[in-house]
Amino acid sequence: MRKTRVTAVAAGAALALALSACGSGGNDDGDGGSTSTPAFNAAVGHVYNPSDTKGGTLKMANDSDWDSLDGGDMYYGYAWNFSRLYLRSLVTFKSAPGKEANELVPDLAESLGESSSDAKTWTYKLRKGLKYEDGTPITSKDVKYAVARSLDKDILVNGPTYFSDFLDLQGYAGPYKDKDLTMANFKAVDTPDDQTIVFHLKKPFAGFDYLAMLPATAPVPPEKDTGTKYKEHVVASGPYMFKTNELGKSFTLVRNEYYDAKTDPDTGRKALPDEIDVDLNVNQADIDKRLLANDLDVAVSALGVTAETRAQVVNDPNLKQYADSSPQPRTWFTAMNADVAPFDNEHCRKAVMYAADKEGYLRAYGGKNGGEIATNMMPTMIPGFREIDLYEAKSKPNGDLDKAKDELKQCGKPDGFSTNISYRAERDAEKATAEALQQSLDKIGIKTELKPYPQSDYGKLYAGNVDYSKNNGLGLKIYGWGADWNDGFGFLSQIVDSRVIRPAGNTNFGVKDPKIDQMLDDALSELDESKRNKIWGDIDEQLMKDAYYLPGVWASTLFYRPERLTNVFISDAYNTYDYTTLGVQK
Amino acid sequence: MTPPLETTESTAEVPPEVTLAGASRKAIEGRSLSQIAWLRLKRDKVAIAGGIVVIFLILVAILAPLIVKLIGHPPNEFHYDQVDPDTSLPYGSWGGISWDFPFGVEPINGRDLFSRTVYGAQVSLLIAFLATLLSVIIGVVMGVIAGYFGGWVDAVISRLMDIFLAFPILLFALALVGAMPNEVAGLNGYWLRVSIIVFVIGFFNWPYIGRIVRGQTLSLREREFVDAARSLGARSPYILAKELLPNLVAPILVYSTLLIPTNILFEAALSFLGVGVPPPTASWGGMLYQATKWYTVDPEFMFPSGLAIFVTVLAFNLFGDGLRDALDPRGRR
Repeated sequence: MRKTRVTAVAAGAALALALSACGSGGNDDGDGGSTSTPAFNAAVGHVYNPSDTKGGTLKMANDSDWDSLDGGDMYYGYAWNFSRLYLRSLVTFKSAPGKEANELVPDLAESLGESSSDAKTWTYKLRKGLKYEDGTPITSKDVKYAVARSLDKDILVNGPTYFSDFLDLQGYAGPYKDKDLTMANFKAVDTPDDQTIVFHLKKPFAGFDYLAMLPATAPVPPEKDTGTKYKEHVVASGPYMFKTNELGKSFTLVRNEYYDAKTDPDTGRKALPDEIDVDLNVNQADIDKRLLANDLDVAVSALGVTAETRAQVVNDPNLKQYADSSPQPRTWFTAMNADVAPFDNEHCRKAVMYAADKEGYLRAYGGKNGGEIATNMMPTMIPGFREIDLYEAKSKPNGDLDKAKDELKQCGKPDGFSTNISYRAERDAEKATAEALQQSLDKIGIKTELKPYPQSDYGKLYAGNVDYSKNNGLGLKIYGWGADWNDGFGFLSQIVDSRVIRPAGNTNFGVKDPKIDQMLDDALSELDESKRNKIWGDIDEQLMKDAYYLPGVWASTLFYRPERLTNVFISDAYNTYDYTTLGVQK
Repeated sequence: MTPPLETTESTAEVPPEVTLAGASRKAIEGRSLSQIAWLRLKRDKVAIAGGIVVIFLILVAILAPLIVKLIGHPPNEFHYDQVDPDTSLPYGSWGGISWDFPFGVEPINGRDLFSRTVYGAQVSLLIAFLATLLSVIIGVVMGVIAGYFGGWVDAVISRLMDIFLAFPILLFALALVGAMPNEVAGLNGYWLRVSIIVFVIGFFNWPYIGRIVRGQTLSLREREFVDAARSLGARSPYILAKELLPNLVAPILVYSTLLIPTNILFEAALSFLGVGVPPPTASWGGMLYQATKWYTVDPEFMFPSGLAIFVTVLAFNLFGDGLRDALDPRGRR
């Protein structure tokens, strides 16, 4: 996966509690306040360059393209962040620096959802005076329609499936299949009047507000919906609307004159620029150059600058003062494939765990500017995180060859063995990782061959393909995983649950432990937050004991904020700059 | 320029008494074509310089392990102590050049650029020579057959050459390397990749040689000595092998020499595009590709591989041009 995806929202009431608790693991840079003096990390925990000056054009560029601009069809974290410029969902994350950003605030709704006592019925009341870009009023039926259409994964393929998972659908499959715009069969959502919307769930979910935050709850007027083509002209409910939209090339947002800031008192949107220009499929190196030359304001895909630009920025104090480093809920790691002998033997896996050069792994990702050495899989800001250093990553960062050789003996391969290391060819950090692993494993006699594959098919055809990996002996597979949400389920489920393994397109590269599957189920049914968070930590510990994954780096990303940007800060909800508050100096 | 046969003709015209004198006798001794070519080549200083560089490069490639043992470090060995872990850049100016690392070190892992450049010569020359050999073998066989037999054989082979010349080799190479299975005919890993690259470069470049050989054969087969051989009852295989081929050696040699630098560049291009020899094996194209990403902060990284490619290609071209002039002076216009 190229971009961080929002991997999961679920986990019952977990999220609300989890997120409010996550400050404990957060950064110590302080929250709130503002500054106008350029300095490294000035936009972390503070608003940098605060301003209320309207006007100007905000220039953004994307190194690839959106999955879709349609709120019901998007899954990238940056797409959700950006969508709030032209869409309004029922609730949203607060636009505020630091951990305050993890707070949900009402957007279209007057307040957060009102739940029935069993947390199975959720009611939202829309604000009055809400209008689309053409002046027609927004009603609760349009929100219902937006949710209904997002259920159809044959038409809108990209978004998450949480509404299907939690709503009491009774077989309803969305308006495209049902062919009824009145949605009479969609009983899971009621709209008793134009202001009110009621969701009926099939199981309790105390964190339903997180689903009401999804851009899929942004209203869509049924008569304007064109299915897969709706992304060509999304009808705006937010402060901006599409002026032009050339798919795959560029689009322009201009002010939506029917957006009334009085109806939007809680979210913290600023809507400062008069126009927002976005270029698509721009070479990443060009984007960096334009950022440094103040010719571009935002690299919208939020991957941070490339390794080379990072080296340039951190080596030059004049550039470094315009940079921000933000830890990401993402871990770079290497999976060991138990389908490929001798990795079916846990001692051979542990030999790799001990022998791997953890410092080399970190160097491949740019040293302390790219993150820190990971001792275990879960990123530090996820509640339930605890440091589990079973393989001496901290005390012996260059590997413990004696213990590694000992494990090799127990594995019955005292002289080592041969295997392959796969990585995504386009990613220099993964190539550097592969070379570093090759060097360190060679010291205990494990001979490796490097196998680069195109990243677009890495999951579908190669490393994530069970048969291909097995037949081609891909014993070590370099990868990374991130959750936009600071939640154990969101981070772990897709990479450790053996029941999600399918023939191709996997993200679990080979963890098969019934104990872990059981613990995942336990966590989902555990209603006590602290106990549940402990289970996430326990799963992580079991994962380290099983030694399927060699943790590499807890990632940080370096962002560059050009001089003319105003109101810049890193949002802890999106782990990049909040796009709704940015302005530009003219 | 004087035609090559003039000397021999003048020898025949010289009165016998003059040839008796010792010193002048030596001067007008009959010389073979190759001797004459060598004389011409010797006079061409630029070509000789190119030739010396070529020989030097071949020696470097063959003796790479020895050179690296004496001066550098193993090409794939990491030197973390040479690189700042947090900026990924070599310590010291000019990409970490020092007595220990005369060409500097790579960013991130600190591999010795001197060793990698030396080992890169091995890969580049090996692939270029093997690919050229393949092209020459196919090209000569097809060219001679087409030129000698003519008619429909010529038509078929000529069209085939046109098709091959129209083939997008680079795109084909990208696709082929990507689609290759892990093991083919008992080869895997490094040698499989080298074989594929040699095959792609060699197999798709033969028409260049083929056309030239065909043209030469067409004109040669009408010559008197061929007619003479045929009238004496010689069969086609004999004429091809004994009469035509020796006369084709010169153009084959020249165009092989000129094909080698093209192939070096092609190999570099493939490595640059990520389908060359697999990492961590050092190759000039691959090194150059890595370097392009670092040029803003570590421009020195570009020089070893870039200059190596430049010097090698230039040397082969100069030598090849000189060789052509020496063997076929009338070709120079």
